[in-house]
This record gives sequence, structure tokens and C-alpha cells, in this order.
Amino acid sequence: MDTDQLIRTLAADNAHQARPVGVVLALSLLSAAPVSVVLFLTILGVRPDVMTAMHNPFFDLKFVVTLALALSALTVSLHLARPEAGPRGWIWLLLIPLGVLAAGIGSEMMLPQRLPMMTRLVGHNSRVCLSAIPLISLPLLVAALIGLRHGAPTRPALTGAIAGFLSAGLAATLYAAHCTDDSPLFVATWYTLAALAVAAVGALAGSRMLRF
Amino acid sequence: MREREDEWTGLMRAALMGDDAAYQRLLRGIAPVVRALARRGLARAGQAVDQAEDIVQEILLAVHLKRHTWDANAPFAPWLFAIARNKLIDALRRRGRRVFVNIDDFAETLAEEPAAETPSTREVATQLAQLPARQRDVLQSIAVDSTSIKDTAQKLAMSEGAVRVALHRGLASLTARLREK
Repeated sequence: MDTDQLIRTLAADNAHQARPVGVVLALSLLSAAPVSVVLFLTILGVRPDVMTAMHNPFFDLKFVVTLALALSALTVSLHLARPEAGPRGWIWLLLIPLGVLAAGIGSEMMLPQRLPMMTRLVGHNSRVCLSAIPLISLPLLVAALIGLRHGAPTRPALTGAIAGFLSAGLAATLYAAHCTDDSPLFVATWYTLAALAVAAVGALAGSRMLRF
Repeated sequence: MREREDEWTGLMRAALMGDDAAYQRLLRGIAPVVRALARRGLARAGQAVDQAEDIVQEILLAVHLKRHTWDANAPFAPWLFAIARNKLIDALRRRGRRVFVNIDDFAETLAEEPAAETPSTREVATQLAQLPARQRDVLQSIAVDSTSIKDTAQKLAMSEGAVRVALHRGLASLTARLREK
């Protein structure tokens, strides 16, 4: 086939217009979300004292942090799905959840505490946290990668890592409703480690799956 | 150069609105520029420049399948060069060399005379032969025999819609095969 024939063929296929990456990514994540929710409800479930916990601002802060991570990663990943896009200027969005977390740690420090700092940081659920967040995030990570495949990321490993943060943020939002450790110190340590692990898996998978 | 880039942007906008003729003109316009890039990349990597046309076709396929990632409010050229650079690096890597393609090359190339067409293309034809029968027949009919979608539908006893689907799937799997080979 010579190039002129190819060009005519491509023009003949011009009627086929693909959906925007954002739409495909959203649909993909929405179809994986029930899997993660069921996974969460079967192996963990919401903590029994959730009604009283909701009055604790540090319990609520966990959701602000995890949703901030998911949303900033979503924005960055959609940006990176464009071939001409680089991480410059956008990657800083991922500092938003860290900023919220730092503010939370600061305000906890100013309040009188029953437990010493190290006890709050180590908490009771660190191992559950480190295994549950990656596990719940897996269906979402696969969905995010499938959605982003529809784009044209020229940095596949980086985009995969951001997809990892996106799915870890969503999974951590579920997990936060189970976990009884509400100290921002616990969140900063264990949630972050779990998210980094998912991002590493995402980078590895992305470097293969996201090439176009 | 500036003028040509503005023209590309206009043509791509029209193409996305459904103007097939504008799309064809755009592809014909970018082909020589992309060809010059491919030749330069091959020459730098110490490879024979007669493989350039295979790379040109891969780039055009990627432009086609990923055109929905172009933001119609942005200029077209930076998007095109990002796609071309990505495909060129991939193609050169597959040919066994680690290469670094400088983005400045793209700006330089634009100012140069477009290279003459090289007829030799093997890869697309090889992969085409290995597609599922229906996709292969439709692509063969439309691309090689230059039959219209309507006449292809009649010839293969398919609906026009089915021909369109097979055509698009064929182009997508052709691209996937070229990438994974």
C-alpha cells in the first residue's frame, strides 16, 4: 500500500469520530467502581461508629485528602493524555493533597492529645491500610489505564503512575470509611506509602499498556 | 511556515466537522514534512533512509486514530510533531538503536524543502495480509483497489455500516500490529 492509498483510506474513515478521552476515562472508572465498592464492603466494611466519627474533623479530613488526591491525579492524567503535553506546571497539582495533609498535621499538633505522637502515627491498622488500599485500587487502576489508552500519552510510565495515584485516591476514600485511625500523622505515613505502591504498579503497567 | 501551520489547523478543524476533503488535503500536506523528519531520524541513527515511508505511514495512522486528542482551540503543528516524534523514536528503537530526537529538529525541518516520495513500503502491506479476513478484504478493496465504501459494501455483500466498522477496526488493528511487531 503506498502512502497516497493510505491517505485516501484514512479520509474514508473520517466519519468515525472517537469520543473524548475524559468521557471514556469516566465511563471506564464508573464501570469499575462497583467492583471496588463490593470488594471494600466484603473484606472491610464501614466502621461501626461512623455516625459519631463524622463529628470528628480529623475523620472528615481523611476524605478531603483522598478526594483531593483523586481529583488532582485525574486532572493531571487527562492533561498527559494529550501527546504534546508535558508534566511541567501540572504535576504540582499533586501537592494539593499533601498541603491539606500538612495543614491537618499542624492543627492536630496545636490541640491537646491523649496519645503520644508516635502512637498516633503507628496506629492500629497500618498493615490493613497497606494491603487494602492497593487491593481495592486494582480494579480502578485497570479501568484508569484502559481509559487513558484511548488518549495519546507520550510519557506512558509517568501517565501510568498518575493513574495509580488516581485509583489509590479513590480506593483510599473507601478505605478511610473503615479505618479507625484518624490522625493526619497516620494518613501521611501509611496512606502515602500505599499510594506510592499503587503508583509504582501503575508506572510499570503504563509503560507497556499506554504506548500508542 | 507560519502560514502553513495555520492552514493545517484550519483543515483539521474542518476535518473534525466532517469535511473529508479537507482531511485528505491536510494528510497530503503533512506527509512530505513527516517524511523529511523520518529520513532525518533514520540518517542520524545510521539506518537506511529507504525505510522512511514505513515510518511515515505509521505516523499518519497514529494521527488518524488519535486525532480526538487534539484540542481544536490549540494550534495543530505542536500536536502533530509530538505524535510524529513519539512514533519516530518508537520506530527507531524497534530497529535496534537508542536514539535521542531533538524537538528543535522539527522546527528546522519545517523550513526545509519537502523530500521526494519514497515508494518502498513493506510493513503495512505485510501486516495487512495478516488481518482477520473481513477487515483485510475491506481494507484491500478501499485502500488498494480504490473502491468506494458504497461499492465495497455491494461487492462484499455487506451493509455500508458494516464496511465502515470493518474499515475502522482494520486500521486500528493494523496500527496495533505495527506497534507490537
